[in-house]
Amino acid sequence: MNMPANATELTWRRICAVTDIPALGARTLEDAEHGTIAVFRNAEDEVFALIDRCPHKGGPLSAGIVHGRSVTCPLHNWKIRFEDGQAADPDVGCTRAFAVRVDDGQVFMRL
Amino acid sequence: MRKQKLVMVGNGMAGVKTLEELLKYAPDQYEITVFGAEPHGNYNRILLSPVLAGEMGLPDIMLNDLQWYADNGITLHTGRKVLEIDRVTRIVRADDGTEAAYDRLLLATGSRPFILPVPGAALPGVIAYRDIADTEAMIAAASTHRHAAVIGAGLLGLEAANGLCLRGMDVTVVHLAEWIMERQLDKPAADLLQASLEAKGLKFELGAQTASLEAGPDGRVAALKLKDGTSVPADLVVMAAGIRPNTELAEAAHLYCNRGIVVGDTMQTVTDPRVYAIGECVSHRGVSYGLVAPLFEQARVCANHLAGFGIGRYEGSVTSTKLKVTGVDVFSAGDFTGGEGFDEIVLHDRAGGVYKKIVLKDEKLAGAVMVGDTADGAWYFQLLREGRNVAGMRDHLMFGQSFAQSHLGDAGHQGQNLAASLPDSAEVCGCNGVCKGTIVQAIKEKGLFTLDDVRKHTKASSSCGSCTGLVEQLLASTVGGAFQAADKHSRPICACTEHNHGEVRQAIREHKYLSIPEVMQALEWKTPNGCATCRPALNYYLISTWPHEAQDDPQSRFVNERAHANIQKDGTYSVVPRMWGGLTTPDELRAIANVAEKYAIPTVKVTGGQRIDLLGAKKADLPLIWHDLGAAGMVSGHAYGKSLRTVKTCVGSEHCRFGTQKSMDMGVKLEKMLFGMWSPHKVKLAVSGCPRNCAESGIKDVGVIGVDSGYELYVAGNGGIKTEVAQFLCKVSSDEEVMEYGGAFLQLYREEGYYLERTCHYVERVGMEHVKKHVLEDAANRHALYERLLFTLRDAPDPWAEQSTQPRLRAQFEPLEA
Repeated sequence: MNMPANATELTWRRICAVTDIPALGARTLEDAEHGTIAVFRNAEDEVFALIDRCPHKGGPLSAGIVHGRSVTCPLHNWKIRFEDGQAADPDVGCTRAFAVRVDDGQVFMRL
Repeated sequence: MRKQKLVMVGNGMAGVKTLEELLKYAPDQYEITVFGAEPHGNYNRILLSPVLAGEMGLPDIMLNDLQWYADNGITLHTGRKVLEIDRVTRIVRADDGTEAAYDRLLLATGSRPFILPVPGAALPGVIAYRDIADTEAMIAAASTHRHAAVIGAGLLGLEAANGLCLRGMDVTVVHLAEWIMERQLDKPAADLLQASLEAKGLKFELGAQTASLEAGPDGRVAALKLKDGTSVPADLVVMAAGIRPNTELAEAAHLYCNRGIVVGDTMQTVTDPRVYAIGECVSHRGVSYGLVAPLFEQARVCANHLAGFGIGRYEGSVTSTKLKVTGVDVFSAGDFTGGEGFDEIVLHDRAGGVYKKIVLKDEKLAGAVMVGDTADGAWYFQLLREGRNVAGMRDHLMFGQSFAQSHLGDAGHQGQNLAASLPDSAEVCGCNGVCKGTIVQAIKEKGLFTLDDVRKHTKASSSCGSCTGLVEQLLASTVGGAFQAADKHSRPICACTEHNHGEVRQAIREHKYLSIPEVMQALEWKTPNGCATCRPALNYYLISTWPHEAQDDPQSRFVNERAHANIQKDGTYSVVPRMWGGLTTPDELRAIANVAEKYAIPTVKVTGGQRIDLLGAKKADLPLIWHDLGAAGMVSGHAYGKSLRTVKTCVGSEHCRFGTQKSMDMGVKLEKMLFGMWSPHKVKLAVSGCPRNCAESGIKDVGVIGVDSGYELYVAGNGGIKTEVAQFLCKVSSDEEVMEYGGAFLQLYREEGYYLERTCHYVERVGMEHVKKHVLEDAANRHALYERLLFTLRDAPDPWAEQSTQPRLRAQFEPLEA
């Protein structure tokens, strides 16, 4: 996981209910520090969060198609992995991933 | 859990390809051990000829160096020959005593050259041409000796002869048959090739049988004696009289062999299901393959079964030969001999060095052979494999694809004749800016063999796909016989499945699957929920096959069809309200102007489809914009979808002094009828009021041209990637008939087209005859198609009204409130 150095200052923030995000879809969150964050839900109801910018040309990942534990960017089909924000081979690039926890149907993000 | 043990005997291209595929599917399933008789890693055997000819060095042809085996945790025993397989205790033993136990055994022992049983065959200076050692022996001999004889004028023999000739030897090719390469070429083609080889200095003895090889005073071979007594001087004799599957080891282990190790469609030997066999040592359905493409297909199936997926089957391959024999292009495929019941079309330009023969049977291509100019080989092979009826283009068939299909220019025309003549700096892929040199370099350095490999590594041909033909040509010319263009229609949809588009469509229809998870489960998808390639295709197949019943899954649609607007490079969207037939009113224009101002739309543009585009809208504003446009009576223009786009019209007889029909009226009727139609790809129509055709009906999916007595209908035109003139379908006399015939054609396309296939590609695939049969000749079928279309489109909703009024749908446009 892509933890920032000052991890100790971060807190878990409640974002929404899992059901606020469509399965195999995404919603966005406006954050003062990081800009737009995409929050994804996959078929297993796992929730992930990435900065909403593809490392390739800045496409909005929240608008991509979600499959397994990754999303395909709508602009040029780069595949970005949820766990670490890395682009799948042979593309090279990375967008920031955030720690997310689901508790009793509620989504918490470490911000 | 203990890892299973996989042992592979043989370390050649087919075997190692299997391992590569297996490592992709199941990287941790096996502990892998490989025995190879040669002291090298895996190399590209096909490129031994350029090495012999001095055009490449050994490092250039290595595919997997020793480090690769180490990196993947594979134990490699080089220079060791396996002598015994004990199938009871499941152990293999090599000549130096090395043993390895297996749970699964993969035999990839390849083939061995056939050594003529003539006196003197064991003399020093007599070699076969099969591996690196042989090649090195030939290179060494060329530097110390003068005369060489090559026995056998197949591809391998000719390449050996050419290489030795280039290295300064005086070479005679001795061949039993009446002409060279008799299995690939007919006599006129062979004669032409022979003439060009003789011009390079090669000599030929045809219809000649070798009686013995004679030793000189030093004990080394010195001459080759023919049955008729002729003596050919030879300090080096290369046996290239054919290869035999190497089955010695398998036979010793009592595995059933019959001109090869006999395997089933899963690549398992028929004798022992723990033992797999692959490559040139194999006999599958009575056929042994020597070309790389079919062997790689076998490798994929074999890896799939070793990984435990158990779904792929190898069902044999149709092969073609496209070779560069010593600089002369040669192509052959299918039954090119002809004879009773066949028709032959021949072009023979002896002086120009070009020979082409096409063999037809029952209006289909049965075979082709070409020397000198083989640019259209891939096209003929495609026609052959697809069994397409070629009656309609028989006159032009000989002149190749570009002529037969009347293409002009090269943009988007698959670049048939171009690849070889392009400079390295030439841009091949215009979308991603990839030039020829980059592609060729990637193919060589990374050992790429398939179009998908090239797409992944260079991005060429991965966007609009119009340069696919060109990239395939580059592959063909760079890796030689190793490349075989995949039949794009028989390829799986994507890496998530083994099934192609046709199979999936058929399964959905036959089993009445109504949701994506249902399809994926029944067809054994390899990924939990597919990918961005297969999910939109499945969604379309479901809703087009079972309208009003199947689930339409928004999350399986591309963002444009979810957001009902067209995503732009900066993540904003474009909004295009429908203007029926290109007509609008002052009220609509005022509403558009108000929206543009209210939502600070940066760009307002008139589109090619006769409507107005609001570019740069923010996602969160979309429902508000739609609400405002909807209040003025406007609906979605579907400018974003694989769906009906526009019906372009000219002014027509209502105003125009030349008009013969009310084209605006006809256009509006068609557009209203087709509103909300999803299709394999976008669909554009046009209606012109007279043959001056101001609405450009000739490049539309359905083009209508008014004439005095009614309308002419044209279909499958395209003004985009591949400019394609629409083909005449029929002439009708009423507006109702335009709607019925046009609608029936579109419904046929909707039911049979593959996802992302435009009408021009669809008609190219199925043939115009097929379309005419279903839409013109069979009136009952036409009615049925038309009825199904109208049923599908019944109550088609305006997506904008839905999205902006239903809170659940509207939520996707709004950020979370945290």
